[in-house]
Amino acid sequence: MKKLFAFLLFGFMFFGLNAQNKSDLPNITLKNLDGQSVNVAEINNDGKPFVMTFWATWCGPCVKEHNALTEVYDDWVEETGVKIFSVSIDDARSTAKIRPFVDGKGWPFEILLDVNKDLARAMNVSNPPHTFLFDGDGKIVWQHTGYLDGGEEDLYQEILKISK
Amino acid sequence: MKRLTLLIALVLCATAIYGQDFLTKSKVSGSFQIDGNYYWEDKGIGITEEDINGESFGAYGFGKLQYQLGNFTAGMRFEAYQTTPMSGFDSRVKGMGVANFFATYDNGTIGVTVGDIYDQFGNGLVFRTYEEWTLGFDNSLRGIRAVFRPYDGVTIKGIYGKQRLYWAKYDNVSAAEERGLVRGIDGEWDLNSSITSLNGSKFRAALGASFVSKYEADSKLHVGDIDLIMPQNVAAYSGRMNLGYGRFGFSTEYARKINDPSSFNNYIYNEGQELLASLSYSQKGLGMVLQVKRVDNMSFKSNRLATQNDLDIGFIPPLNYTHTHSLPSMFSYATQPLGEMGIQFQVNYTIPKKTLLGGKYGTKLAFNYSQVNDIKRDSINVDGVNMINQPGTKGYTSSFFAIGDRMFYRDFNFEIEKKISAKWNLTLMYINLYYDMETIEGHPMAEPVEAHFAFGEVIYKINKKHSVRVELQHMWDNVGMDQEIDPIYEDNYNKRGNWMAFLVEYTIAPKWFVSVADKYNYGNPIAEKRDHYFTGSIGYIKDQTRIALSGGRQSEGLVCVGGVCRAVPASSGLSLTITTSF
Repeated sequence: MKKLFAFLLFGFMFFGLNAQNKSDLPNITLKNLDGQSVNVAEINNDGKPFVMTFWATWCGPCVKEHNALTEVYDDWVEETGVKIFSVSIDDARSTAKIRPFVDGKGWPFEILLDVNKDLARAMNVSNPPHTFLFDGDGKIVWQHTGYLDGGEEDLYQEILKISK
Repeated sequence: MKRLTLLIALVLCATAIYGQDFLTKSKVSGSFQIDGNYYWEDKGIGITEEDINGESFGAYGFGKLQYQLGNFTAGMRFEAYQTTPMSGFDSRVKGMGVANFFATYDNGTIGVTVGDIYDQFGNGLVFRTYEEWTLGFDNSLRGIRAVFRPYDGVTIKGIYGKQRLYWAKYDNVSAAEERGLVRGIDGEWDLNSSITSLNGSKFRAALGASFVSKYEADSKLHVGDIDLIMPQNVAAYSGRMNLGYGRFGFSTEYARKINDPSSFNNYIYNEGQELLASLSYSQKGLGMVLQVKRVDNMSFKSNRLATQNDLDIGFIPPLNYTHTHSLPSMFSYATQPLGEMGIQFQVNYTIPKKTLLGGKYGTKLAFNYSQVNDIKRDSINVDGVNMINQPGTKGYTSSFFAIGDRMFYRDFNFEIEKKISAKWNLTLMYINLYYDMETIEGHPMAEPVEAHFAFGEVIYKINKKHSVRVELQHMWDNVGMDQEIDPIYEDNYNKRGNWMAFLVEYTIAPKWFVSVADKYNYGNPIAEKRDHYFTGSIGYIKDQTRIALSGGRQSEGLVCVGGVCRAVPASSGLSLTITTSF
């Protein structure tokens, strides 16, 4: 087992090198609300900054954060062209509930379902909400855990810094 | 430790070979968390030196390190659990070491992972491995996984390995720590991605199927005074589909498991089955979902002697609403793998802005109804005797659509959230709960809880950064203050009777929060248990680092994630949590 592990590890590294990895996003495939597969590594916003925020239906501060972001989203998009990707880490109990939940609350974000926390693990998210800001090249420029009322203002300042 | 050395050696070796190119493309990331608890004696809530047993300090922490180079990722997680009797963790979780390591290569078409694997097939009914730090739960599979995506929309996965059981070795262990081999294959076909004419169509469809088998070498077991022949291979399989048309969605998964006598099901030879189905409708501002579920004898573990939450191969999703407010969350539902039938209906609606009821900002409404009953079991005739659930028999018969008389849980709740002005935000909630404490918590003879809860929350924004949040709650229990209690069953009343609770929190976004809270069990039928549970906390967040310190009393309760619960005893003390990532 150990030998096999060592052998594969080395093989993987060799192949790994040949790949071009532009962004900080890992090669993980998640479903969107239409059930279609989305390769996270391919996420971008046509060279403009984007936000990725991890949440769950059972997480009170996450819902508050999403409500607050909904309030300001139109203005932010107009000012900076930013886009928000919202990743639900709810497990299978809620998979079918996410779409009605999101629509019922009127959230305008692009939703991804991280049903077994593959992306959360790969991005070292321990507790939701956890928000990442990516620049136009998909590099993480800022991140924040937790949400306190008014915290979205801080995120906006960071977005302004990198949007020209 | 050897693995770590190996990993470092490989990285160094490869660095030497590829030099500059390697360094610029490599990414190292990670995270860690430390939870420290200091417990003290508190006679007011019945905590004595004996309960603490000299172990007043508990600490739990993990550190994760991940290395990425293009399509290659490798990682490891170090864990340390210094548990104490007050922490409520399973004592077997105590220990430290590298609990998890893996290496993955995935180029989008083909992916291979070796090491400790987390994955799930479909909804997880026949296979789900995951990790839940707050529960001390980890059923990861040590072995190999391959993923193949030959065409757009088609995914085929295979897994092979043995599950983690706390710190037990994987080979040459006692019967209780032995784990069977788990092998599985899953296929999924998303029609919209692979059939071009369906691209952008209102009609959406995806199909999937899974097959999982566990192998345990022992085929004989002595139970009571009978010798039983055990199946060495137990197969479980499932089929699923997701259909959608415009605003409507329908998804379902049905799973079966062949005979799998185990300590958990009292060694009956019944087959297991499970059905999960959801129907939803949603448009901007309105979402509705109806879900039903039936579970019959679906405990599926890689060691037939395992009890509790150990070594689950399959996952049974609970359907009920997850309460997060401190009073109703004391009564969280735990799924019943041996049998349950559940229904849940949820509506979310936003009254639009600039209407009479919506006001300037809109008003958010949510309605939820969930109910879970037992399944109906009929006795079977064995050698002329009617019996039910006897080891070595088929156990019982159960009609698929018949609902059992016993209700485990029912929850009806309604929530209004209203932003009144730029400064004021109001949330009101009513909850009506039925909770079968005997079944859910395993307390013999416990009276079911039939309670009403009222919850109110006001947030006042002083300015852009400063806010005050006030929360008030009340619970009306069916057990009154003057109820006569049989002293034998006193423990069943630890959290019974009326409660009230408040919380005041002051936050300075995005960095500081401080709060004080009290829960008061003023209506407990036992006078000595009419206790206050006062807590205070303060926290600081800087980017991805969070530090929180809290102190006070913790009431007896269940910590539940996804229907899997950990019982936590009442305690008194200080706790410190630090999390960060890089």
